[in-house]
Amino acid sequence: MLQKERHVVVIFPHPDDEAFGVSGTISKYIEMGVPVTYACLTLGEMGRNLGNPPFANRETLPQVRKQELLNACNAMGLTDLRMMGLRDKTIEFEDPDKMIKLVTDLIEEVNPSLVISFHPQLAVHPDHNATGQAVVEAVRRIPEAQRPVLYVNAFDNNTVNVIGEPDVIHHVADMQDKKIAALKAHASQTLWMLQDMEKRWAAQEEDALEWLHNEKFYRYTFD
Amino acid sequence: MQTVDANHLQELLDSFANKDVYIHLETTNGSYASHFQEGFFNAGAFIRNIVIRYELGKVAGDSPHRIGLKLPSGWIYAQGITHYTMDEHDRLLMAGLGPDGKLAVALEISETPFAY
Repeated sequence: MLQKERHVVVIFPHPDDEAFGVSGTISKYIEMGVPVTYACLTLGEMGRNLGNPPFANRETLPQVRKQELLNACNAMGLTDLRMMGLRDKTIEFEDPDKMIKLVTDLIEEVNPSLVISFHPQLAVHPDHNATGQAVVEAVRRIPEAQRPVLYVNAFDNNTVNVIGEPDVIHHVADMQDKKIAALKAHASQTLWMLQDMEKRWAAQEEDALEWLHNEKFYRYTFD
Repeated sequence: MQTVDANHLQELLDSFANKDVYIHLETTNGSYASHFQEGFFNAGAFIRNIVIRYELGKVAGDSPHRIGLKLPSGWIYAQGITHYTMDEHDRLLMAGLGPDGKLAVALEISETPFAY
């Protein structure tokens, strides 16, 4: 059962990050009447899936992925999407102060009670970790009394050894249609994976359904 | 993009020779390579919107092709090029796509800057 929040801010670097990790959660909050803002830092310009024969090229891919992102937001019912204009695979090379300010400005504007992003070390893709680092630092700088709660996604192969099992689990089975629609919206990224997953869901495979029905986070603690 | 027609691509490369052109060059295994295959040595390189002028550009080999650009005092080359197109902005976009449809290498040449 998700708690009612004042406002939720989701910050990820790539179109589709939200579909994999939090589309059930976003859909649920929106159904509950909780405002959700999604800041997507890039348009996944450096994505490798172009198809063979190709459906896009390096220069047209951003527009393809932008439309997919808009479609995914529609599927979740999300209306406050912010496209932040950075370039895929460059987040870790940006000025850290600029990245922290980007997050700080957004938090000051929308005053969320909950922020969702990536773990700063255990999120595999360098953009994910760099995004998590900026978010953690921006949230850390907020005085404790005003500080929003921070949930992070972590999926490095070594995650459980380092920080244990996720301590926040959102049961979002009732959002599965919206989650699948959000995943399908990112067809350039998910087509192949979904072909496999749909077979596994149809076969009632336990771990595939578990992945679809539960979204897991770590509540980030500041010391 | 279409699969490389070496003669046509050679003509296009010739048309950009001896001009100041913007270059995009990347090689990649993808950011998840060592996540999905532990121990994978993940390497790649990326440059974009670097202005160069080449005096000779050449398509070499059978598909996947190699493309080499000879500069007055240097070289650029890309290996593994399978597809190309001249887009609506008169940019020559070349890519190496694996059988799985994933881009492994890209070399692009334009007289106008590429977007960010």
